[in-house]
Amino acid sequence: MNALALLLVMELGDRFALMGVVLGVLLTAVAYTVYAERRIAAFIQNRTGPDRVGFDLIPQLKFLKGAIGLGQPLADVIKLLMKEDVVPENANKFVHALAPLISLFAALTTIAVVPYAKGVAIADVNIGILYILAITSLGVYGITLSGWASNSKYSLLGGLRSSAQMISYELSMGLAVVSVVVLTNALNMGEIVESQTSNPLNWNVCRNLLGFIIFTTAAFAETNRAPFDLPEAEQELVGGYHTEYSSMKFALFFLAEYANMIVACTVIVTLFLGGYQVPFWTDAPWFVQVGAFITKTLFMMFVFIWVRWTLPRFKYNQLMDLGWKFMLPLGLFNLLIVASTIVIFGNSLPLSILNLVLVALCVAGSFAAKPQSKMA
Amino acid sequence: MNSLAYQIIFYLFAAIIVGSAALVVISKNIIHSAFGLLFTFFGVAAIYVYLNADFIAVTQIVVYVGGILVLLLFGVMLTNKITQADLKTETLNPVPGLLITLSVLAMLLYTFYFRAKWVTVPVDQQLRGTVVEPIGIATMTTYVLPFEIVSIVLMVALLGAAYIARADRKVQTKEGK
Repeated sequence: MNALALLLVMELGDRFALMGVVLGVLLTAVAYTVYAERRIAAFIQNRTGPDRVGFDLIPQLKFLKGAIGLGQPLADVIKLLMKEDVVPENANKFVHALAPLISLFAALTTIAVVPYAKGVAIADVNIGILYILAITSLGVYGITLSGWASNSKYSLLGGLRSSAQMISYELSMGLAVVSVVVLTNALNMGEIVESQTSNPLNWNVCRNLLGFIIFTTAAFAETNRAPFDLPEAEQELVGGYHTEYSSMKFALFFLAEYANMIVACTVIVTLFLGGYQVPFWTDAPWFVQVGAFITKTLFMMFVFIWVRWTLPRFKYNQLMDLGWKFMLPLGLFNLLIVASTIVIFGNSLPLSILNLVLVALCVAGSFAAKPQSKMA
Repeated sequence: MNSLAYQIIFYLFAAIIVGSAALVVISKNIIHSAFGLLFTFFGVAAIYVYLNADFIAVTQIVVYVGGILVLLLFGVMLTNKITQADLKTETLNPVPGLLITLSVLAMLLYTFYFRAKWVTVPVDQQLRGTVVEPIGIATMTTYVLPFEIVSIVLMVALLGAAYIARADRKVQTKEGK
């Protein structure tokens, strides 16, 4: 079936059905992202990782037993559900219970405007990209309020750190988004993907490499992932904002964190990696487009995990310096370059060429340079 | 069926606005008030969506929910003793208050029912597509002077805030380097 036909029949009921499918896939994906994270971390650190739990109770799935541990997420979820739910005595009970829900709400609602194939999105709104910026800014509340409501110093400090971090990096994120809007001349997520065409040279990662780097870095900070995971710096803050959370409420924060990561990946894919566009195949059938979208998202998720287990954590002053003194000016500079190229040349071809040359220079430089020179 | 669903959603958001606005006024805890305000802003944004003003709806969330209210919460949380303080919410001067409320209500209802010139646009002439482009063009051409003046006012406020906040912090900034 053609994707365009699917678009025509997308009524309210279909959108609800799509929402159910997407949420189901997303929540399952969260469980297996945790598993993937542990396995990849183990691989990077030369360990084995979780490899015991299989599905031994189901005879047909016995071959999955051992070695790869695919049953681990299920076991983890059951463990979290069975745990005792402790609420600190002096906590603000209502806000304490509501904060994880806000976190999860912000994480799950963002995905509504992301197109999965041509014309297939839960909500194909005109101002999709602004909607994403708006909902991301809601995520701060879950963390700030959980820190405050726990009535614990560790939680409060973790919550404050985290919200300061999110607010700081939202600006550079916004500037990167503006440069994408200038390039694609659209606010609608579907149109942003359409304007990138099926030629990878037209994808925004080629046209707007600097914007891609800024947005991805800001997304690391927004999702509180390493190297920006100061809010939950174990050595200093115990567990950060979720120190006082246990059982299912903790699981909700966990869920929100990983859902945030997946959603951030889908947004990066949509804005910079051509979304559902299949390389060199215009008007691919919808299932190929969905496949391309999922593949790109999985790749970005791998990058997220890879970075987490490669780079050490920033200090707080380094984090703020990077955000305000480096990323923000860089974002403005990038916007200036993109906008002036569009105005002077009328298209973005010079940008692609410039970026390709820069990447080639960087690759050549990294091969030519001695390993010690990276320390500078 | 669709219009019924939309109506249900509309009244849901209307109830959220009224309920959370009531919480802002009634609550004795200042954090709860700030929290109620969050839902009020959110509901109002949803009503903007119903009025086809998607850009204003999103701006409402970005500016009020994502910016101003976060700052407000920060201010409250970092100021130690405010969070514990009980706000005064009992009723004072019930009779004059009731009179003023009722008269304002009557004035508003009168205006809504008899004086207001409601504009009803036929379905085929309604605003389609994004309103961001017309808004941007209008801001940069017809209304460029007010726009710039507003930005200067905000700039001055920012400088003033920075001046007040940093006045006695010189030792700490040196330490940070």
